[in-house]
Amino acid sequence: MSATSNRRPLARVPVGSTAIVSRVSGARRVVRRLLEMGLVPGTPVTVQREAPLGDPVELRVRNYALSIRRSDALGIEVE
Amino acid sequence: MSAPALAHPPSARHALVLVAGNPNSGKSTVFNALSGARTRVANYPGVTIDRRSATVALTGGRAIELTDLPGTYSLAARSREEQIAVESLLGRGPRRPDAILVVADATALARALYLTIEILEIGHPVVIALNMTDEARRDGIDIDVERLEALTGARVIPTVASKGMGTDALRAALAAAIERPDVPRMPDVARSSALQADLAELEGLILSERVMERPQEARVWAQWLLLSLEHDFGDELTNIPASIRSGVHRVHERATAAGRNLDLEIIAGRYHLVDRVVSEVCRAPASARRSWTDRVDAFLTHRIGGAVAFAAVMMVVFQALFSWSEPAIAAIEDTVTAVQAFVSSVMPAGPLTSLIVDGVIAGVGNVVVFVPQIALLFLFIGLLEDLGYLARAAFVIDRVMRAVGLHGRAFVPMLSGFSCAIPAVMATRTLESRTDRLLTMLVLPLTSCSARLPIYVLVTATVFAPGSRVGFLSAGAMALFAMYALSVVAALTAAAVLRRTVLKGPAPTLVLELPPYRLPVFSVLLRGVWQRVRTFLLDAGTVILALTIILWVLLSYPKDPAVAAEAGQARAALASAALATEEREARLVEIESRENGAQLRHSVAGRVGRLIEPVIAPLGFDWRIGVGILGAFAAREVFVGTLGVVFDIAGADETNEPLRHVLRAATWPDGARLMTPLAGVSLMVFFVLACQCMSTVAIVKRESGGWRWPLFMVAYMTVLAYSASLLVYQVGSRLGWGL
Repeated sequence: MSATSNRRPLARVPVGSTAIVSRVSGARRVVRRLLEMGLVPGTPVTVQREAPLGDPVELRVRNYALSIRRSDALGIEVE
Repeated sequence: MSAPALAHPPSARHALVLVAGNPNSGKSTVFNALSGARTRVANYPGVTIDRRSATVALTGGRAIELTDLPGTYSLAARSREEQIAVESLLGRGPRRPDAILVVADATALARALYLTIEILEIGHPVVIALNMTDEARRDGIDIDVERLEALTGARVIPTVASKGMGTDALRAALAAAIERPDVPRMPDVARSSALQADLAELEGLILSERVMERPQEARVWAQWLLLSLEHDFGDELTNIPASIRSGVHRVHERATAAGRNLDLEIIAGRYHLVDRVVSEVCRAPASARRSWTDRVDAFLTHRIGGAVAFAAVMMVVFQALFSWSEPAIAAIEDTVTAVQAFVSSVMPAGPLTSLIVDGVIAGVGNVVVFVPQIALLFLFIGLLEDLGYLARAAFVIDRVMRAVGLHGRAFVPMLSGFSCAIPAVMATRTLESRTDRLLTMLVLPLTSCSARLPIYVLVTATVFAPGSRVGFLSAGAMALFAMYALSVVAALTAAAVLRRTVLKGPAPTLVLELPPYRLPVFSVLLRGVWQRVRTFLLDAGTVILALTIILWVLLSYPKDPAVAAEAGQARAALASAALATEEREARLVEIESRENGAQLRHSVAGRVGRLIEPVIAPLGFDWRIGVGILGAFAAREVFVGTLGVVFDIAGADETNEPLRHVLRAATWPDGARLMTPLAGVSLMVFFVLACQCMSTVAIVKRESGGWRWPLFMVAYMTVLAYSASLLVYQVGSRLGWGL
């Protein structure tokens, strides 16, 4: 993609912001699960809040709340 | 045990309807609304998921067999359990379904449609129960039902199952789907020509291997195989021919070489269709307004408020298991004692009466005594799950649990373990992955359950002189605290070690839906509790009963006729002696205690105790303690009573002064004191770590689906307990702490 696109891991998206999923990478099992839960490229995702200990994070995707660990959120690239 | 599965074979006369749906979609509520009170629960043979089914009368008098599938977000399978659900949908199960009922959460239509599309691809008639339409309406979500029907080719019935709305329409729709099973085709999922070629290749392979006959099912199975089989063959899926496995592997490798990702292609293709359908049928407010779930979460997952709420909820659960169950447990124990006394009084004394009283009735008591805690724990778990809090609890505590390789959801079972391992092991079902479940149930018995407390009490009171202190703490309190600390450290360490060794697998992860807060439907909740209790009584209960009887035999036989004769003579002598009633009673008890003690020492268990003395002596235990440990396999607290019998003290409990006295006075043959403080600590350490509980073994057998894991658990815990006690006693003795 173009160098101007603002790509970063979902784990770096501040709480309350929305971004669009561009790529999901990592262990196949995790990637497959995240895709099945609806985090396919092109999907808007909002970082809703983080757990009291900072991990995991709560996402809002396709009108439901999904919680994933930060380590897995690192593999989700958004723009 | 698979016996209950055979008790109710799916009726061949009725059409078979499978119920599928996402977790938290209200699937159980829909199932219950349709089935009424006629639910049967059975096991799928060989695996540990329950199969709920019911015979349901439809509109027009036709009856169907309704079978519930486990809640899932997709058909891709990571475990044998999930594979069974998929195979029953694909007609690889005992019989091909006549229709599928999909329960979809109207508030999360896109996610529900993903599963629905997977099911529609199979080609069976589908009825969609669009559930929780009241909530969707409240959130401003508007779904065009007719358009959804037109696009999917399925009948769509709006329902609010918690209020019974839409149930009659569902019955009518199911009847229609079975009577006119011509399925309008849904639009094809968009696939690249490369993917189509891949699927065609596998479809041909499946058909030529004669695993399936219908091309459409073969094509769905091909996609399922591509998504579910691991590249390294490290999955636990079975019953898949090697030729098909290598075919799938080949297709994946070719795609990867061409820079393609088949997982992404298949899943994204389906979501492409989902998005198209959703955009056509569903109008939702552009920015979802702040729901009350969100407002509640602002507190319940808050940095401080969330931690406080979590601690408060868990304390209530623990208090309930530990204390609220007490009256019911006491009542069960009293009833068992009363029945035993009654049977003893009406039947002639002898081996048969003894078998009935001390084997069968005691065994039934050993089973039923767990019911209050199981019922309470599942009531709380069900309540918290249905309210939506259980997922938040996992969210809040996951960071802590993952440090030792456990899932956030493992917290509630682990906490329950401090009360009793039996309900706690059953509660591991709230974990999705089999590896997580196994890991949790294997380390759970290390948490210090309440049955260990009587042993700690007896030992500390015996070996520590009243008033002995370590710093400002009494030595007893210090020892007690140390045992609980040891149990926590042992459980967490064992989890970390097992995760890196025997249960090594892909890194455990957490992908967890946080459902909206909802009010539970109490009839569904209570039925769930009853089903758990019932399965426990039928499956684990029979094993516990059998083990109780075996243990009773080992502790009672063979009898020594000389001992019985001697006791008979003593009784006769007592009968002719002129004594006050109280004195006579006391002497009778004494004779009986001596007789029981002598018979126990003569029994198989007594002999085994002597036999293993050389093995346990390095831990500081003599053969009499060995007999107590053998007896304690029935349940840990039985150690106290068995030890009492070995030392000729009848009816001893942990607060029994005479037992403490004999224990303090007991010596080794060379005159050295037996129960030194060091030996006491060694004994407590042994009980913290050893799997001294056959009911735990029985429940792990039931929940893991075989004898392999419970036997492994007993083995590793015994090795751990032996090594730790050996270390304590030997190092302590060398350092001169033995006296």
